[in-house]
Formats: sequence, C-alpha cells, structure tokens
Amino acid sequence: MSELVATTPGLFPLPDWAKDQLSDLKGHQKGDLISGDESDAIVAAYDEAREEVIGDQLDAGLDRVVEGQLRWDDNLAHPLTVHENVETGGIVRYYDNNNFYRDPRVTGDLTFSGDVAAELEKASEAIDGEAALQAVLPGPYSLADLASDEHYGDEAEFLDAVGDFLAEEVEAFPAHETLFLNEPSLVENAPGEDTDALASEVIDRVADATDADVVVNTYWGALDEKVYAHLMDADVDAIGFDFVAGDREQTLYNINEYGTKSDIALGLVDGQNTLVESPETVRERVDWVQEQVASQDFETTYVTSNTELFYLPVNKAQEKLAVLAEAASLNEVKA
Amino acid sequence: MSRDPSKNREQFRPESHENDHFLLTTIVGSYPKPKWLNRAKELSEDDDSKFTADHLEEAYDDACEVITHEHERAGLDTVVDGEMRRNEMVEFFAHRIDGYEFNGPVKVWGHNYFNKPSVADEVAYDEPWLVDEFEFTTNVAEKPVKVPITGPYTLANWSFNEAYETEEELAYDLADLVNEEIEKLVEAGARYIQIDEPALATTPDDHAIVGECLERIVADIPEEIRIGLHVCYGDYSRIYPELNDYPIDEFDVELCNGDYEQIDVFTEPEFEPDLALGVVDAHTAEVEPVEEIKENIKQGLKVVPPEKLTISPDCGLKLLPRDIAYGKMENMVKAAREVEQELDAGEIDLDVPVAKAD
Repeated sequence: MSELVATTPGLFPLPDWAKDQLSDLKGHQKGDLISGDESDAIVAAYDEAREEVIGDQLDAGLDRVVEGQLRWDDNLAHPLTVHENVETGGIVRYYDNNNFYRDPRVTGDLTFSGDVAAELEKASEAIDGEAALQAVLPGPYSLADLASDEHYGDEAEFLDAVGDFLAEEVEAFPAHETLFLNEPSLVENAPGEDTDALASEVIDRVADATDADVVVNTYWGALDEKVYAHLMDADVDAIGFDFVAGDREQTLYNINEYGTKSDIALGLVDGQNTLVESPETVRERVDWVQEQVASQDFETTYVTSNTELFYLPVNKAQEKLAVLAEAASLNEVKA
Repeated sequence: MSRDPSKNREQFRPESHENDHFLLTTIVGSYPKPKWLNRAKELSEDDDSKFTADHLEEAYDDACEVITHEHERAGLDTVVDGEMRRNEMVEFFAHRIDGYEFNGPVKVWGHNYFNKPSVADEVAYDEPWLVDEFEFTTNVAEKPVKVPITGPYTLANWSFNEAYETEEELAYDLADLVNEEIEKLVEAGARYIQIDEPALATTPDDHAIVGECLERIVADIPEEIRIGLHVCYGDYSRIYPELNDYPIDEFDVELCNGDYEQIDVFTEPEFEPDLALGVVDAHTAEVEPVEEIKENIKQGLKVVPPEKLTISPDCGLKLLPRDIAYGKMENMVKAAREVEQELDAGEIDLDVPVAKAD
C-alpha cells in the first residue's frame, strides 16, 4: 500500500491583514515590489505572515510543510527578480491567467544568491521539528521560460546557467525532506527538439544538489509524449501530474506507456477554484489513478493541489489544506 | 452577421454639428475619480465618522454629474458618467447578480488585488443593475449617454465557477441576464450600449462562445439601439475575421498603445461593423498633440470609411491623472473635427489615408 503524503506546491495567498499592511508599507507600483533588500518593518510583516501560514499547515495536519513563498511578488519568477544581475522589465502575463509578474531581464552572470535559503532557514525555525519541511522552487525550464535573457545570448546556454544557479541555491538550503520543482512551462510552452533533452538534464542537476526526495510537478494539462519521455531520464523521485485541468487520457497514456518514477504526485485538489472538494472525493481520485496505472505500485503518493494556492482567497486555501490532510489520512485509517 | 449600424448612428450627430462628415466621438467608460469622492468613500466606511451611506450616494451623484459635464465640455458627442459608482468591472455586477458570493481578495500582481467572486449557485436576475444610474446621468446630461456593461464572458471568466459544469454554460446564463438588463435600459431611454469583454483578449480561442453570448444579448433589441463591443490588448489575428459575424453595430478596440501594428489585421476581408478606434493611449500620462491624434484617426480610415468610424480612447481612462484624461479627450475631439473638415474639403485620399513611411 502506497504511503499517502499530504502536501502542496507552495506559493500561498498572503493573509488578508498582510495584504493590507504590506501594500501600505511597500506600495502598488512595479518598483515597490520585493527586491531582496526590504526594510525591517517589511521583513517583520513577512516573518509574522510566514509563521501564520506555517501554523495553518500544522493545524491542518499536512505531512509536508512549505515556507509559503509569501514574498514571491513575481510568483515563480521570484528567484530571478531579486537577483543582483537581473533587472525587472514590464509587467507580463503569468501563463494563461489573469495574473501578472515583472519580466526578469537577466543582464549578467547568475551567481549564487541565497535568497530562498534564507527564507527556508526561517521556515525551519518556525516549524521547530513539528513536521517535515518541503522546499519549493521553480524548475529550471520554467524559470528560464519566465525570464528574458539579455546576457547569455543562447537558449541552451541560458537554460544551462539557470540550472547551475538553482543547483547552487539548493545546496545552501537547510535540511528538507522534499524538494518540489514546479515546472508548468513543460506543459504550457514545451521545449522544442533542441532543448528537450537539456531541460531534463538541468532538472537532474538541480535534483542532484539535495539528498531530499525531489518531485517535478507539472500542471495545466498533460505533458507532450516526447517531453515526458525525456523527463523520465531525470533522476528524480517523483513526477507530479495535474488531474484537475484535463488531458487525463494523455497523462495516463504517458504513465502507462513510459512508466513513471517509484513515487508519484497527484494534483487532485483544484488550486484555482473556490469549490472545496470533499476529502472522500479526493481519496476516491487517488484510488482511481492507482486503478488506471495497474502495472505499478507507488512507494509514496503525494496528494496535493494541482497548482500553487495564491489564486484563491485565504479562507478557501485554508479549507483546501484541511481537505488534503484529511484525504491522505483517510487511507491510514483504512490501511 | 453584424447588425446594421447605419440604422442608429445618425441619432448621435449633434444638431449643432458643423461639418458634413461626422466622426462619432465617445469614450470607453471609466474615468479618474475626483479625490473628494475617494475621501467620501473612506469616511462612509469609518464607523467613527458621521458620514452615512446616504451621504455617499449623494457624493456619487455629484461625481457622476461633474464627470458627465466634464465629458460634455471636452466636446464628446456621447458621454458616460465615468463609472463613478463602480469599484471594479466584475465585482460591481457580481454584487447585483444572485448566485454570486465573495470570499476575499486574490492577487492580480504585486500588491494589486481583486475581490474575485465565486458563482456558488445558478445566476439569476434580481434588481436592475444600471437603470437608476442611467436615469440619473441622462437627466443631467445634454448629450446622449452611453452605458458600458461588463460582458457575460468576462463575468464568467473572471469569477470562480463552482456551480456550472462548464464556464460556457455560465456565460450563456449570464448573457441572458445582460439581455434582460439591456431591455430595461432601453425602456428607460438608453440608445447606446457597450459590452466590455476584455477577457476575450486573454482567451481568443473562445471567440465562438463570445459570439453566442452576443446573440443572446441582442435578442429582441431593436435596430435603433447601438450595440458596441469593447475588447483590449489582444492578438486580433486570432479573432478576425470571425468578429465580422458578431451581432454588433460597433467594435471598439485599442490600437494606439501598440502603434497600430495590428491595424492591417482588420483590412482583409472587409470590416463589417463600425470601427471605434482607440486614438489616444490610456497608459501614457502625456496628452497627445492634435496633429498626432489626427494621424491615428487616419489609421482607422484604412479599415472603414468615415461614416463607419467612431473615435475613442484606447481603453478606460481611470488610471490617468484627471487633468491628463481631460486633455486627451479634448484633443481627441479637436482632432476628429479637423479630420472631418479635411474630409469635407476632399483633402484626404480615402484610398491611401496614411502616408507611407518612406
């Protein structure tokens, strides 16, 4: 019987008080967003908000607790937008959503930053051993896809550099049980023939920088067959699949045709709709996927929302945390 | 197919109009709010203040009157109240439609949030949405009043859908409600309605859904009522020529912001509805000179003849400083009148209205 692990792909909504307080402290314009050198008052507000969302996850009973990435004004592009050799350009659309982020224009070498490691240190302190920490990063392919390269000059070279950059960031992380690499661009803007092998190679490189279990989380549809085949070459512990957004047939085809890793992550709770699923429904969906993939037993099944949670109002995001935790624990009762 | 805009356009030509040609001037809708209105709103939300909801209503009335007159002073042929009573284009309507609920703000970008509503139950028409404000504005206005309404596709697409199997079904139900509202507005005397569908620009593959929504919206709406559709910041090659089939009188589009790079998209095949062309940029805080705006207007003549060209800003002006917004409207009207005179004098070659760059 597979161990069910309740978790999320990170990027939580800011608590409402923090939305107000931080917009007053920071402002509403492009130049007011996080740049990595925020004032003490801003740092204190984020510290308090971080503790709150970690508390929410502990209260809900999630098996992996994330930092929440509340500072990530630019969503998954954050590790670059705070980098010293990156300038922020115009406001651009975040995938097919009515959300926007500042275009990170990479103008120099992607040297070590340590920004995410510092957040995780604080998260680790706040969790205080009560649960296992999960680190979350954009996968290298998605991060490169979200950025504009004005320095490396070549798509492959740029992707390579983003991979090295993320690997170095991961090496500086405090102890963590799991690393989620969110890779929606593998679905939304799949690599072409010249970069599909490299996309997996750089994921492998980032995964190699940690002893933790690594999950490459994909969403907003199914992976193209060839991209999936390449992704299977990366030495990671699990691939995450979106079972909310559709294209389930293609996803199941990929898994059954090419196999998958010994662990699997299932995006079963909708991160972009306020309709709250029942834990029983989520649990049934876990069983349904297992039935569809009859040839393989998974050691660990991560039960998660398909996307980041920041699309939701706070109350619904909180309710969904409880659903995930309960859905995973229903199994333990039955087992 | 498109409606017949020639059946409703002339009613907007002012009696005092001096030129033979008539380029209908209008604005998209939203306009900067007077600072005192924002202050009044804050006071009405402050429990310690003696300022009541009635006081706020009075402030809204005052603001609508002031802005309507400001539009008239700028010389516009058709005016709007500047959407003074609306906080946001989806939220305002969601509060008035049964079936919607609010759970809290969600992020759009940075610290800009939106009270994205959830459709928790089948949507239903309760009370009129805009009839009172239309009646108020039309009473204070000397010019015809245009009424902008957020379209059903955008109302569906920018909400969480908990209750419907598909977003498409939700959009169609909402379209029926918009139709009901327009019937009431027409009864109250409205002659110019603009459906705002910015969500179409983000998901152009859904153009057929928007088309079906429009069919429902205009059902039984008489031909003397002018129905416009406003879309902004999209890739129009993905919805043209399909939009020629939309049952609308006028298609209102921003192109100034993109330097008319997409204008040629609309030249082939022949453009069917009237074109309401954005000729001033809603996102630059400098007033364009009259000469520059005249050149922009001539871009529109590449697509439609003068009798099918409406002149408008790119989009709502609410993010601009108020004096800049006013300056843009004033110059826009001046430019339109000068182009009309040049057309009257035969000084513009309609076959090649814009001089080639080289």
